[in-house]
Amino acid sequence: MIEFKNLHKRFGKLVVLDGLDLDISKGGIFAILGPNGSGKTTLIKCLLGMVIPNKGDIIFEKKSVLRQWAYRDNLNYLPQIANFPPNLTVIELINMVKNLRPKTANSEELIELFGLKSFLDKKLGNLSGGTKQKVNIVLAFMFDSDLIVLDEPTNGLDPIALIQLKKMIQKEKDKGKTILITTHIMSFVDEVADEIVFLLDGKIYFKGTIDALKKQTNNDNLEHAIANLIAKQYA
Amino acid sequence: MLKILKYSFYDLMRSRWSYVYFLFYLILGFVLLFLNNDVDKAVITLMNIIIVLTPLIGTIFGVMYYYNSREFTELLLAQPINRSKIFMGQYLGISISLTLSLVLGLGIPFVLYGLFKSAAIFNFSLLLLVGAFLNFIFVALSYNIALSTENKIKGFGYAILMWLFLAVIYDGIFLISLVVFNSYPLDKFSLAATMFNPIDLSRILILLKLDISALLGYTGAVFRKFFGTNFGMLISMGVLVLWVVLPVLRMNLKLRKKDF
Repeated sequence: MIEFKNLHKRFGKLVVLDGLDLDISKGGIFAILGPNGSGKTTLIKCLLGMVIPNKGDIIFEKKSVLRQWAYRDNLNYLPQIANFPPNLTVIELINMVKNLRPKTANSEELIELFGLKSFLDKKLGNLSGGTKQKVNIVLAFMFDSDLIVLDEPTNGLDPIALIQLKKMIQKEKDKGKTILITTHIMSFVDEVADEIVFLLDGKIYFKGTIDALKKQTNNDNLEHAIANLIAKQYA
Repeated sequence: MLKILKYSFYDLMRSRWSYVYFLFYLILGFVLLFLNNDVDKAVITLMNIIIVLTPLIGTIFGVMYYYNSREFTELLLAQPINRSKIFMGQYLGISISLTLSLVLGLGIPFVLYGLFKSAAIFNFSLLLLVGAFLNFIFVALSYNIALSTENKIKGFGYAILMWLFLAVIYDGIFLISLVVFNSYPLDKFSLAATMFNPIDLSRILILLKLDISALLGYTGAVFRKFFGTNFGMLISMGVLVLWVVLPVLRMNLKLRKKDF
């Protein structure tokens, strides 16, 4: 479904992606992991067209995405930091994003699910970080797209919202969707992810199932298995 | 693009600063009219204020809006919308809302005072038009600076420096060069030099229309001698349009390669 081909990206002298090749097939939950600064967010942003790679190509549903924008109608993105225009109210923002995309959205159900009803008429500037993240999640999940990209989705969520989020991710997966997640919370990965993509030095260091990773590192605990991979970089 | 424009516009229209700006012009208009008791004189005083203030406010609003809405822009960038449409929408939203504050803030007192019965209506409209131009120009310039500068503080600094340069320092350098090189024919040089500063250009444009030779100064006089009043106005208007178009073009070029 998505193909990254020989992707290179430099910011000044800093090489972030260094000839990265990655194939992601349709359906399933993929966790993109890696130490801080390994290029997880850059990789996602390349896919979204926010960062323009120096070299290489990205194929999404058989078409190159570079300098295109229409393909984004078939993907949903949850950004890492939820920062919205402070003067708009929650419902105005939701309606605005709905308005921007030709697709139909089912926001009511999600608003209900995350208990946002009483916040709808509040200004976004007055919301707490966790509530903003809930709004963020509603915006990302309200459209029916084949690809869902989540950048640190668990940030600031309370336990109930977290459970809802996991349920939702599972539900989307059951519909046959592809979900990319970056996170640093290993228990979350252990619970939801089907496959792990581990980035190191701008390349794919490991790609496979959680069990395969545990076997390869001789570790039963995912957190330690990942730490084991990262430790090689520090050594 | 219109959708983005609409929301940026609403967002700004609801911010406190748009009202402060609007009220400032409203009070300024009333005070000037009732102190001067003369629409013509009020227009001249206003010109001096508008020519310095609208660029400053346009610059500050431009950089402020860009940096404050950065994360939100990222959200928009992930939607199926063309990049340049997002930024053009924001740019027009800021420029139009600032222009609206200016036009309404000054328009209301002048209309109440009896502008429509006075002959100053054309001068006044030209003043507002130039103010609008300055808004569009300086928001575009500040957006250019903000797009090229990742660091917020630096971006603010550069933007304010740009304003200071065009509003104050430029004139100073210009005068010094006239004094230093006064034994050379400077007509062409000073003509060209005015074209490179939208603030000077607006001043000349208004003064040509007001036809107050005493205030025209050296460049203004040269300008009138060279182009005549009507042609001069046309030329200066054309260059002001260029001052909007070129920064907007460069914005679009920059956007093609920019990483967010």
